[in-house]
Amino acid sequence: MSTAPRQSAATRVTGARVPDEPTARPALVEIVDATVVLGGRTVWSGVGATIAPGEFVAILGPNGVGKSTLLKAVLGLVPLARGTVRLLGRPPGQANHDVGYLPQRRSFDASLRIRGLDVVRLGLDGDRWGLPLPGPRSRAAAARVRELVDLVGAGGYAHRPIGQLSGGEQQRLLIAQALARRPRLLMLDEPLDSLDLPNQAGVAALISQICRTEGVAVMIVAHDVNPILSYLDRVIYLGQGGAVSGTPGEVITAATLTRLYGTPIEVLSTSDGRLVVVGQPEAPALHTDRHPEHA
Amino acid sequence: MTGTFTWNLLADIRDMWAYDAMVNAFRAGTIVAVLAALVGWFMVLRRQSFAGHTLALVGFPGAAGAVWLGLSVTLGYFTFCLAAALVIAALRTGGRRGYSEESAVIGTVQAFALATGMLFVSLYKGFLNGTTELLFGAFTGITADQVTVLAGVAVVVLAVLAVIGRPLLFASVDTDVARAHGVPSRVLDTVFLLLLGAAAAEASQITGALLVFALLVLPPATAQLVTARPGRSLAVSVGLAVLVVWVALFVGYYSPYPIGFWVTTTAFGAYALTSVLTGRTRSIPRRAAA
Ligand SMILES: Nc1ncnc2c1ncn2[C@@H]1O[C@H](COP(=O)(O)OP(=O)(O)OP(=O)(O)O)[C@@H](O)[C@H]1O
Ligand SMILES: [Mg+2]
Repeated sequence: MSTAPRQSAATRVTGARVPDEPTARPALVEIVDATVVLGGRTVWSGVGATIAPGEFVAILGPNGVGKSTLLKAVLGLVPLARGTVRLLGRPPGQANHDVGYLPQRRSFDASLRIRGLDVVRLGLDGDRWGLPLPGPRSRAAAARVRELVDLVGAGGYAHRPIGQLSGGEQQRLLIAQALARRPRLLMLDEPLDSLDLPNQAGVAALISQICRTEGVAVMIVAHDVNPILSYLDRVIYLGQGGAVSGTPGEVITAATLTRLYGTPIEVLSTSDGRLVVVGQPEAPALHTDRHPEHA
Repeated sequence: MTGTFTWNLLADIRDMWAYDAMVNAFRAGTIVAVLAALVGWFMVLRRQSFAGHTLALVGFPGAAGAVWLGLSVTLGYFTFCLAAALVIAALRTGGRRGYSEESAVIGTVQAFALATGMLFVSLYKGFLNGTTELLFGAFTGITADQVTVLAGVAVVVLAVLAVIGRPLLFASVDTDVARAHGVPSRVLDTVFLLLLGAAAAEASQITGALLVFALLVLPPATAQLVTARPGRSLAVSVGLAVLVVWVALFVGYYSPYPIGFWVTTTAFGAYALTSVLTGRTRSIPRRAAA
């Protein structure tokens, strides 16, 4: 759950930043009234959001609304036309060392002859200049890579060329790569994309487990909220006019979603209090069966 | 150069190395092989073979132009290859990155380079033998000074590559994440094209402009078939390239055909053999090694 000591995290809405709020733990990410213009087109404007340490937040919204752009803006990969973004209290691009980033739909070419282990290792020290000389530092790095590979359960295939692995296997290794530098924030852009249902559930559980046990905050862009619904502290819904944020229970309502997606959407509630979204564009009806466990 | 071949290979080599020209050829060939194998490894990984091929071809107008103006051929190679690297880098980052657009641009540079080369050749009358050498390579005319220049440039290129190698690998395999980690991928793109230009200019002087490609592509591509570990792969690539050049020089010494032909044939033979062998082993399901 959100640990931000705010009276009502639930009703925080776009751009509404409470000034000088006495917070024990400063926000990891603070976006205030931000606007991004790409190729002469305004992608979104007037967006505001905050992410507190340890929070598991989903970023939702229709295709092309600028979810990926939002992550890139926080990382400083895309410039802001207006407004401000702070990452760990610093301007974008200056605190990326504490962020693990998994960009959208990154599948490696089948002919790429680099092992999964090497790709994970690059996330650890790939930005260092100079040759990786053998020594204590190199041994520590190799040990960390093994630990990460075990953490995501990729021990069976991490030594194979990454181009030959399946989408799900690649995705797990990329999550390991994103975790390499013990980040305080994970930014995952559609990590469940192209995974089958058991793998979606497995990877979602893995991410949430990492979020809880390592105290890492997670910003996850998702097309289909169902596989992660039960783990979410908060969702940020992105629309052309700005963002709406709140607990899943508040934002994932028929009225809000219908407005955001522009198609009729129903939201059902299961007996254990979970939400099931039906009729979301591109979400097959199968998804209603996703949370059967009543225990 | 054509010596008399005996089956006593050691004696043959001793015989061959009695000539300064052959010693220079072996020195130059080794330098060029090491350089091409390492720079080419990154080129193959980055799928920039087309750019590499073009940079190699640009060496031809460079050398032909230098002959026409009465300047040093080595200078011609380096000037044109490095300038072309900058042109390609500028055109790449100017537009949004797209492979098809990029290859159209590079293809244009390539056609222009060949045309200019032929223009210089026809401006400088009586150049016919020289043209074949520029295109298909020669190893008899290499001077000690040329070897020094080759070695100097190679040291600089390899030093730069050693410094940027790891971030370059990161940016090549995984551009977005590398950029998020603060790797200046655009700058590295340009720096790498310059290194590629320098390597192509060096290799052109042995294999000829048309066949540089064999040294830049085949040993790294073969090495990447052999192993997926970057360190080992680079080592295999170097070993193979040196072997290819030595075999080619050895055979070339006893045969009347251009050295470029032997380099290409040996390198291609190694590649074909390796892909047959690794293809066979890979089709057998392997158990996961720990
Ligand atoms: N470099 C660019 N130049 C111009 N427009 C761009 C650029 N990058 C993205 N856009 C545009 O910005 C908009 C938002 O793109 P973005 O990738 O952030 O959307 P998204 O919400 O992540 O979509 P999806 O759900 O399909 O991943 C799109 O309309 C896209 O066309
Ligand atoms: Mg996206």
